[in-house]
Amino acid sequence: MASHGIRDKVAIVGLGCTNFGEHWDKSTDDLLIDASNDALASAGVALDDVDAFWLGTMGSGLSGMTLSRPLKIDHKPVTHVENYCATGSEAFRNACYAVASGAYDVVMAIGVEKLKDSGYMGLVVPSPAHDGTGSQLTAPASFSFLAPAYAEKYGVDPQEMKDVMTRIAWKNHRNGALNPRAQFRKEVPKETIACSPLVAGPLGIFDCSGVSDGSAAAIIVRAEDAHRYTDHPVYVKALSFVAGPATGPIDPSYDYTSFTEVVRSAEDAYQQAGITDPRAELAMAEVHDCFTPTELVLMEDLGFAERGFGWKEVLAGTFDLDGELPVNPDGGLKSFGHPIGASGLRMLFECWTQLRGEAGERQIASVAAGKTKALTHNLGGGPGACVSFVSVVGSEPDA
Amino acid sequence: MTASMTGIVGYGAYLPYWRLDRAAIGAALGAGGAKGFRSVASFDEDTTSMAVEASRRAITAAGEGYTPYAVWFSTTVPAYLDKTNATAIHAALGLPSSAGAYDAIGGLRSGLGAMKVAGTSTMLGVVSDVRTGLPGGADEAAGGDASVAMCFGKSSGDGHEPIAVEIGGAAAVAEFTDRWRTPGESTSRQWEERFGEQAYLPLAEEAVAAALKGADLEPSDLDHVIVTGLHARAVRSAPRACGLDPSTVVDDLTAEIGNTGAAHWALVLADVLDRAGPDQTIAVVVLADGVDVRLWRTTGAITSYRDRHAVPTVREQIDATRTDLDYARFLTWRGFLHREPPRRPEPDRPASPPSLRTHDWKFGLVGSRDETGFVHLPPARVSMGSGAVDRMEPVRMADTPATIATFTIDRLAYSMSPPVVAAVVDFDGGGRFQCELTDVDPDAVKIGDRVEMTFRRLYTVDGIHNYFWKARPAATGHEIGTGKGN
Repeated sequence: MASHGIRDKVAIVGLGCTNFGEHWDKSTDDLLIDASNDALASAGVALDDVDAFWLGTMGSGLSGMTLSRPLKIDHKPVTHVENYCATGSEAFRNACYAVASGAYDVVMAIGVEKLKDSGYMGLVVPSPAHDGTGSQLTAPASFSFLAPAYAEKYGVDPQEMKDVMTRIAWKNHRNGALNPRAQFRKEVPKETIACSPLVAGPLGIFDCSGVSDGSAAAIIVRAEDAHRYTDHPVYVKALSFVAGPATGPIDPSYDYTSFTEVVRSAEDAYQQAGITDPRAELAMAEVHDCFTPTELVLMEDLGFAERGFGWKEVLAGTFDLDGELPVNPDGGLKSFGHPIGASGLRMLFECWTQLRGEAGERQIASVAAGKTKALTHNLGGGPGACVSFVSVVGSEPDA
Repeated sequence: MTASMTGIVGYGAYLPYWRLDRAAIGAALGAGGAKGFRSVASFDEDTTSMAVEASRRAITAAGEGYTPYAVWFSTTVPAYLDKTNATAIHAALGLPSSAGAYDAIGGLRSGLGAMKVAGTSTMLGVVSDVRTGLPGGADEAAGGDASVAMCFGKSSGDGHEPIAVEIGGAAAVAEFTDRWRTPGESTSRQWEERFGEQAYLPLAEEAVAAALKGADLEPSDLDHVIVTGLHARAVRSAPRACGLDPSTVVDDLTAEIGNTGAAHWALVLADVLDRAGPDQTIAVVVLADGVDVRLWRTTGAITSYRDRHAVPTVREQIDATRTDLDYARFLTWRGFLHREPPRRPEPDRPASPPSLRTHDWKFGLVGSRDETGFVHLPPARVSMGSGAVDRMEPVRMADTPATIATFTIDRLAYSMSPPVVAAVVDFDGGGRFQCELTDVDPDAVKIGDRVEMTFRRLYTVDGIHNYFWKARPAATGHEIGTGKGN
């Protein structure tokens, strides 16, 4: 695959992120206005300074006017982007390419989702007219295939597996408790997590990410212009996105213990960023912990743990806030919920905050220790049939 | 005498998995109910889906290569009006478009007529019913759900030998209002019981006498007498009134599974054929707005037919089942108890244009197999392995057994009978498919369990029934196969 990447060609110079949660008092418009204003203020630019916009939302609006109307954007290009749960990251990726191409000087990538207005539990994905033969599985059921498959393959007994899942939820809630923007801002005892009512397979309520509203936005410029806006830009090292052929559900050799799409996008991203040992080189990672077994499998697919050993690393605290490689230091989807279009940009907001040393009491030690790169990861779909996004960003340009 | 005659070359009975203990009705309502059990179609079954299951069995029993010229379907509880129901059965069986498909719906006696027409040539007749009544009423407890299909044909020299042929019959029709239901109603009403009895008995006498006379038989020539009808009291009195030997009257199964309406005479006939010897005479007496009598004689072919034992017998199905259905669940399934739905959107209705485009897949579970033998489910144009385009052949999976590769219990999904048990199954010979499991105890499912496919009604939205396939635990010793693979 010829994937040349745009390492250090563009930089983030401003980021904004609303609180995530049940915003009964805020509309999609309100969330977009708040996130974009935060991002503009962060970069020290005015709306008129932005040349083009990429808007990620899966279900909160159609067309660029979802953004241009509330912001009163004056006849500028606004691209609506949708790519399942990687929607926000996809808006960011395309915005970066637009700057790298030289087409624009200053662009905004913004993501939003207003999930709580539907009145339903869980996520509701609209579908085109169909023949009624497609899978009726809910997202937790689809991801619940991972846990028993992983346990079976690596000889983890069901109770140990439950402990691993519980620890992932516990860790992310613990991180989220330190984050004022999170939907859930308190630690949850392991017993509460382990004993929560079952939703699908072995997944209890606390193994599932929440449902929330939120928005986040980034201002992106050419790398050489970055210091005109901030002393501490964050450079884009790698952007990889793949859509799988969706053959897992029809392929008897697929065993539900890996996301091949994630493996491939991670390989591509590491190659673009020049990373050979992600666990050692990354200061942190924000990954798509839609369900606890997802985060477990991602630790292996992203190369943070050896195959079959991710569960031991989870139990050993490798991915804790004070561990060797902090994963989801902001609290992840577990603490933020998953407003689809916003999540990818929310992850970048945490990278930006941590790499700039602005994370306060949840500031990770690896940054002060000299690590300068962070990873974000999203996936959309389910095991065997998904899209995957991996980015690497860093606070220093490479030599 | 019988070799050149058209007769039954295969038959299949389908009793749904569930039984309701009639005592559960009395326990819940403080009144009503009775002894014994009734069969209960699951929440995802209707008369059409059950007819598909019975027809698959009948075609399997008829043997390799049996293809009917037409399907005749009869029920008192059709899934659709205006739209033909037999076409869904036709599609699920993978019959050629040149084969006919006809409904005879509404009245109980239509089933006998449909079967009579089917019996004139190489045709499939199938009767199916879901009977119930208002909670606590006699019809609720006495009813039952079942479907029975019969493949008719002549001795063909290719293995399709009639096991029973019709040797006579008679009818005595009368117009009187004993039992009735107007379109749109879900339960029927009945006149005072003694009126019906005195109306039926003379008609029974007349029809039985005419049938015996026409076939030159005496009552003592009859080996098995089957009497069915929805008027239980008249059914009980009829043999004596007709001068028939009580010892030849067979158990009508109503104590164990209830009265299955339009399907019932055929169900009892299937039970008799399951155990009858060669050259035995069977009388079928059906009380339904008059009385129809049909006389059958078994042939020598019934012995080898039974030795093949290709599909489950009626008795096997009565014995191997679940009898612990909760009455509240029964009421919910039949629409008498409106339960709070999950806080999830209802599924969308299946759209007609894509359903027609994927007709073979949706109704026949026909996937595609590429040049390397890899099976794509649903069918695909582009091969997963090689990327070759349009180098596929169709492959019907409906009759192929499979094994559970993994499964999960989905407590969030919309269902009339939660939780949904979803499985990933691997078909023997290749092909992976993710589908719902039905007729299953969620706590008993295991990886490696054997399953077979079953045609079901997934849900109904805007009056459109979404028919498709699910998997169910395989019936021990019987693996469905119509031999009609594409």
